[in-house]
Amino acid sequence: MGYVFAVAAMKDGKNVTYLPSYGAEMRGGTANCTVAVSDDEIFSPVASTPDYAVIMNKPSLAKYENMMKSGGMLFINSSIIPQGLFRSDLAAVRIPANDIAREVGSDRVVNMIMLGAFTEKTRLTSLESIISSLQENVKAKSASVMKLNKKALYRGAEYVSRGNE
Amino acid sequence: MTDKVLMRGTHVIAETAIRAGCRFYAGYPITPQNELAEYMSGAMLKTDEGTFIQAESEIAAVNMVIGASMAGARAMTSSSSPGISLKQEGISFLAAQELPAVIVNAMRGGPGLGNIAPTQGDYFQATRGGGHGDYRTIVLAPAKGQELADLTIKAFDYADHYRSPVIILIDGMMGQMMEPVLLPEPLQLSDLPFKDWILDGARRRPSRIIRSLILDPALEEEHNWKLYRKYENISRELQIAETYQTDDARLVVVAYGTAARIAKGAIKRVREIGLKVGLLRPLTLWPFPVKAMEEASRFVKEFLVYEMSTGQMVEDIRLALKHRSEVHFHGRPGGIVSTPDEIAKIITSLYYRRGLEEEPG
Repeated sequence: MGYVFAVAAMKDGKNVTYLPSYGAEMRGGTANCTVAVSDDEIFSPVASTPDYAVIMNKPSLAKYENMMKSGGMLFINSSIIPQGLFRSDLAAVRIPANDIAREVGSDRVVNMIMLGAFTEKTRLTSLESIISSLQENVKAKSASVMKLNKKALYRGAEYVSRGNE
Repeated sequence: MTDKVLMRGTHVIAETAIRAGCRFYAGYPITPQNELAEYMSGAMLKTDEGTFIQAESEIAAVNMVIGASMAGARAMTSSSSPGISLKQEGISFLAAQELPAVIVNAMRGGPGLGNIAPTQGDYFQATRGGGHGDYRTIVLAPAKGQELADLTIKAFDYADHYRSPVIILIDGMMGQMMEPVLLPEPLQLSDLPFKDWILDGARRRPSRIIRSLILDPALEEEHNWKLYRKYENISRELQIAETYQTDDARLVVVAYGTAARIAKGAIKRVREIGLKVGLLRPLTLWPFPVKAMEEASRFVKEFLVYEMSTGQMVEDIRLALKHRSEVHFHGRPGGIVSTPDEIAKIITSLYYRRGLEEEPG
């Protein structure tokens, strides 16, 4: 998800850094990546206090809520994270990504639903750039995979644009 | 013009090495640099005469590089801290026999096996020779994706020009991080500098001998002074450093590689609250950019060195400054990567503690 977003932002002509976490991480753990996007030179790829976070499971919410910049925005997969935020200075965008994914037809597109919602809400890049980035990354795979991912992106974007969150 | 690609650091080094004419790579797996060898294993086979070998050990790999270099190839190996320790004998032999080679070290937590997190604990090992004997290695310290490409090209050029091993010193973060990179155009092997010393079969010419065993002390001394003169030339010709906002600075942070990027982020923050702080970033760790340090110390009396170690480069800075300025140190060893906020706090507290906010009388 982070990689697809980083490539999309690069295609928009922005400076980007993509820093994956490295080391042991268990399933259901807090594997993460940090993406920085800027019109200017990016100095540190390490974020002191992120502006946005896409939170896919409960342990990640516990770990990253504290790190956020005041006024920041969290995108939360509400299908598996029922609880709210502790901090009142953050905005939460809640997306039932697993439920939408099931409607779309595959549990594997949960991340693309979140990315669609994130893109629509933040406008840091466009859905068109995300799709062109995705196209490069899944070019070896079948057209049906691309179609499924596209559908997921649009469903995620549509969900937040309707003000459901 | 070709487009920028988003590539991880290890892949940038591997791809650029091949574009620089590297046609021999031998390595042995170790985290956090396995992606470099993995990339080489595929990409080298797509070249006409390239060789990729996963050796039986780090020592075997570096000795294969010695052989390939003797035969005239642009040769490379890569590893991470404990593996580089094993390669040190071979690096000493490369230096003794004046063989060009590029060695990549993705530094990890240590000593011993340590961990796989990013550190800068191998500064001494890289800049002081590391192996036995009276020699130096050129050490390059990139900090950005594009620099990984640019300095990899330079590493091969310097290695050939000075007939010396060159170390590219990165860490797991530089290796894993992806940034947009404009890859250089591939060089033709026929465009590479001609080598009149390689062992390629003595057909209709006198035989050549490359060895490091020099039993006669008088001849070994001569050889040592010859190497010394070369290192003196390198010291004069090859110092590279970047400065950022040092013109009006009352405090200059000195850092390299990953630490320098984080320091730069911190400086951007403290500049926003009016602190006059700059950055000096060595791109060559050996030779150390003494001239840039001296230049900076003419106007700056306070330096803060930030390293991801308990303090190694700080010794070179103290040597370069000869006590003309105050040198402070902040270190995070063991694989801890500071956030820019942490360094900004360190800078701010030092700035006020030293009374730097007052206009100089």
